[in-house]
Amino acid sequence: MADSLPTEFDVVIIGTGLPESILAAACSRSGQRVLHLDSRSYYGGNWASFSFSGLLSWLKEHQQNGDNAEESTASWQGLVHETEEAIALRKKDETIEHIEVFCYASQDMDDNIEEISALQKNPSAVTSKPLDSVCLSEETNSLHVTSSETHAKDTPKSDEEISLEVTDVEDILAEEKCCGDKTCINTASGGDKDENKPIEEDNTDQPKRNRITYSQIVKEGRRFNIDLVSKLLYSQGLLIDLLIKSNVSRYAEFKNVTRILAFREGKVEQVPCSRADVFNSKELTMVEKRILMKFLTFCLDYEQHPDQYQAFVHCSFSDYLKTKKLTPNLQHFVLHSIAMTESSCTTIDGLKATKNFLRCLGRFGNTPFLFPLYGQGEIPQCFCRMCAVFGGIYCLRHKVQCLIVDKESGRCKAIIDHLDQRINAKYFIVEDSYLSEETCSNVQYKQISRAVLITDQSILKKADSDQQISILIVPPMESGTCAVRVTELCSSTMTCMKDTYLVHLTCSSSKTAREDLESVVKKLFTPYTETEIDKEELTKPRLLWALYFNMRDSSGISRSSYNGLPSNVYVCSGPDCGLGNEHAVKQAETLFQEIFPNEDFCPPPPNPEDIIFDGDDKQPEALGTNNIIMAKPDSSEENKNPESPENHLQN
Amino acid sequence: MRQAGELDESVLELTSQILGANPDFATLWNCRREVLQRLEAQKSPEELAALVKTELGFLESCLRVNPKSYGTWHHRCWLLGRLPEPNWARELELCARFLEVDERNFHCWDYRRFVAAQAAVPPAEELAFTDSLITRNFSNYSSWHYRSCLLPQLHPQPDSGPQGRLPEDVLLKELELVQNAFFTDPNDQSAWFYHRWLLGRADPQDALRCLHVSRDEACLTVSFSRPVLVGPRTETLLLMVDESPLAVEWRTPDGRNWPGHVWLCDLPATSLNDQLPHHTFRVIWTAGDAQKECVLLKGHQEGWCRDSATDEQLFRCELSVEKSTVLQSELESCKELQELEPENKWCLLTIILLMRALDPLLYEKETLQYFQTLKAVDPMRAAYLDDLRSKFLLENSLLKMEYAEVRVLHLGHKDLTVLCHLEQLLLVTHLDLSHNRLRALPPALAALRCLEVLQANDNAIESLDGVTNLPRLQELSLCNNRLQQRMVLQPLASCPRLVLLNLQGNPLCQAVGTSEYLAELLPLVNSILV
Repeated sequence: MADSLPTEFDVVIIGTGLPESILAAACSRSGQRVLHLDSRSYYGGNWASFSFSGLLSWLKEHQQNGDNAEESTASWQGLVHETEEAIALRKKDETIEHIEVFCYASQDMDDNIEEISALQKNPSAVTSKPLDSVCLSEETNSLHVTSSETHAKDTPKSDEEISLEVTDVEDILAEEKCCGDKTCINTASGGDKDENKPIEEDNTDQPKRNRITYSQIVKEGRRFNIDLVSKLLYSQGLLIDLLIKSNVSRYAEFKNVTRILAFREGKVEQVPCSRADVFNSKELTMVEKRILMKFLTFCLDYEQHPDQYQAFVHCSFSDYLKTKKLTPNLQHFVLHSIAMTESSCTTIDGLKATKNFLRCLGRFGNTPFLFPLYGQGEIPQCFCRMCAVFGGIYCLRHKVQCLIVDKESGRCKAIIDHLDQRINAKYFIVEDSYLSEETCSNVQYKQISRAVLITDQSILKKADSDQQISILIVPPMESGTCAVRVTELCSSTMTCMKDTYLVHLTCSSSKTAREDLESVVKKLFTPYTETEIDKEELTKPRLLWALYFNMRDSSGISRSSYNGLPSNVYVCSGPDCGLGNEHAVKQAETLFQEIFPNEDFCPPPPNPEDIIFDGDDKQPEALGTNNIIMAKPDSSEENKNPESPENHLQN
Repeated sequence: MRQAGELDESVLELTSQILGANPDFATLWNCRREVLQRLEAQKSPEELAALVKTELGFLESCLRVNPKSYGTWHHRCWLLGRLPEPNWARELELCARFLEVDERNFHCWDYRRFVAAQAAVPPAEELAFTDSLITRNFSNYSSWHYRSCLLPQLHPQPDSGPQGRLPEDVLLKELELVQNAFFTDPNDQSAWFYHRWLLGRADPQDALRCLHVSRDEACLTVSFSRPVLVGPRTETLLLMVDESPLAVEWRTPDGRNWPGHVWLCDLPATSLNDQLPHHTFRVIWTAGDAQKECVLLKGHQEGWCRDSATDEQLFRCELSVEKSTVLQSELESCKELQELEPENKWCLLTIILLMRALDPLLYEKETLQYFQTLKAVDPMRAAYLDDLRSKFLLENSLLKMEYAEVRVLHLGHKDLTVLCHLEQLLLVTHLDLSHNRLRALPPALAALRCLEVLQANDNAIESLDGVTNLPRLQELSLCNNRLQQRMVLQPLASCPRLVLLNLQGNPLCQAVGTSEYLAELLPLVNSILV
């Protein structure tokens, strides 16, 4: 493949994280010849999602520190001309640290009943069983998995199951347009139904808590899509807008987050945030309902009522809330679960955050957030696919050794890849983690603490449905530490196996991930043990498996901190700690506008019917030529994208 | 084609092309119905089943084009009604789906009620369905309304009780639900309307409120609980004098014989002679299944029988007779809400209504204050509120008059904008309406058959339609009003006993020839002040 790689491009992009992928799509869409490379074997970089086995091999790779034999640096030296100099790129990813894995689920190998029934329910899993179960015997040693399996999406899924899941952004959009400009508090668009009926039914006949073994997790490993970064999409956020505008939304499916939770006085409770929630809440008194609604309505257009907050501009938001007659639990809800701010944030920032939350309500459902089915890792791939459709060329497992800079002009001219091939381009976009230590010697990185848990129950059990997607902010336990964001995903998000929940914890690091997050994990969960424990502990969900790691947060680093980068080399950052994807989208758009100031950023693709196949028209040709190396997930994307509108009325 | 009688599948095909694009075309739906009716007779059951299946599918596609098409839903009703074995479960499913898309599509709600009635769906299930939709979005009139239909079905009252009302435990649960709604969003009116229904009571039973016999005028007057039309030679109203039927001609006091609360008839001299110690008059209202009897004693000028406004709580029909504890606690929560939302009109109005229902006289002052606030926050409805306030004040004055056991009614200085309940004033002899904001003395005033003195100074009266056929009216004072045309004085000529008329301070006094006109119009009035 690499042999046939053309050597002339307009833009070379290194790294397939979200900002790079958006940029790739934007450049390709505006007619640039794009080469998009990643040294890894999977898309997304630190934005990727993995099946369980995929994650294990990812862990393995990152745990083997430094034993990679250093390749000779000299091989490409000869390719550098006298008038040029080289900027070497980093050979090994060093963004992940302090990995710790804990397995609590029982690791016995006896074939228990659940396993068999599970297999019977899904014949497709049977076929894949032998291969997986072989590598299962040693829990940690799952490197047998071939790279083709890294993408769990290859798993065949029954069509029926999928069509019921669909919550297609495009269709919702149509509805959304009908709603016009009603305020979001009033619009509860009826488009998405969160319950997944078949799954619910399956679960009702299981009165007792399931016993899930480690071997089951590994066996059903393809059911998992474990995100390295845990993010959600604000339904009025930049990413949703971009997905819709650029029509990339057609490559993805989303589910509404169903619950906003709060952790108060040792208890998890649901936060009423929409009008319907407040109406239905059993926990709030009538007066609280009124006060909360009144405050939220005010926040929605707080700019219009400066008299109500002007006197408190210099106070903290939490102090301001105390003056608004809100009862302590309402204050907690607003501060931590709706504004999602630290107690110290200012009144204005708090109001802004609250408004942003409320603005997003009701566009697609009763909470402001969407979660992409099959995990956050889908999103960069969707943009890559868009790029490929417009002629972008993709190479994974393709390392770049160095950038070639023309001494005279000071501009970067080319890259040299691991096959010593020299590829010329006008612009170069490099993800931060590819830059060498020398380039980054002045850069101060922040860190993100992450935990990934597999549990057997939801942190807030509800009679009506066990298929809930919840977000919970746990306020800092002691001052000086950060609030911890907890996202709990159910199996209908296609990120974990049936009867389990996938829980992501995120905070900005002050110590190692485990030190930062373990206290919260202990408060919410109890480790799985075979022996029955006292009743109080039993009410908590049990931990089956846990992973802690720190990830580098390269967001918010000014370009000038990097040493000696030519002006036509642009840097994209890795994932940031925030909940939304605003940073990545903003960065991509800013860089795109810097490079191509006169080009439109990701305009809607032309309607296929409008394309005239005529003589020299470039675009339609690009659509059909075979130099498109389709993004790998294509096949599965098609599977789960039943684009027939009938689905919505007929199922 | 229709005229040619060519009603076959080709018509279906043609109309479906048009209706598929625009389903609001009643004529074409009629066409289709004719074709289907004809085909019904011609086709075999299997063919017919296939035809019906396509028709149902076609209807669904039309509904997708316009989910609020009257014609389409109606056609579906018609079609389902004709099927030997309609699949009602499927229809309910269809409704549920359409309501999921738009939970306020009242066309679909109508259809759902039709289907639920046809399929005899238990009201409890339908109630649960309204629950689920209210949970999603409580701004839903249709859903609340459906509840008000279902709940009385689910909890029928024992025969004696008022129909259409709920037992207290159910009522309390509903009140809690609806309170949740208006505390969440006090500006949503659907919840307030449902609240009003919950606290309201069924329509009052038909009754004869008052019966009055006058020897002088040889006349019998009846006042009804609702406006009625007593046609000539109909059996709606029977008069029994001393237990034997008497045929009489009924008319309204203003002579127009339109439906009204008050009807009267002339009595023959034989029915009024003084030979018997007393005469009994019994009026039977056959349509309303009600009757009333009164006695005219020897030597008396008049006799009457009247329902007491206080005993019958005539004026509390806006809100209910439910236990006052329930009303009291509702009042408290509304006041609590009002404190949080001082400017919410629905809350203010509900407080006023609750106070009326609890004790109109005790809360009179407070009610007036709330009216003032309400008018300030809702200036668009100021006139409506003025009228409502007038009504309440008049009711209160009536109650006070009844307690005082007099036939004199003082309504001066009350800022009244409208006169209502005039049919309740059948026995009043002296009425003072001075210093108000009245613009007319309405025709219904003619019901005041006993009125002798009427003072209506300092108003903005422009017409006197009601001062007509008042047999006992002697003094009429209309100073400082807006009487402009002489013509409006015409009705006064029909009051035989009028002796004193004061028109000072009216525009028409300035006109030349008014005195002469009046002298000619009212020759019997000996004192006219202009």
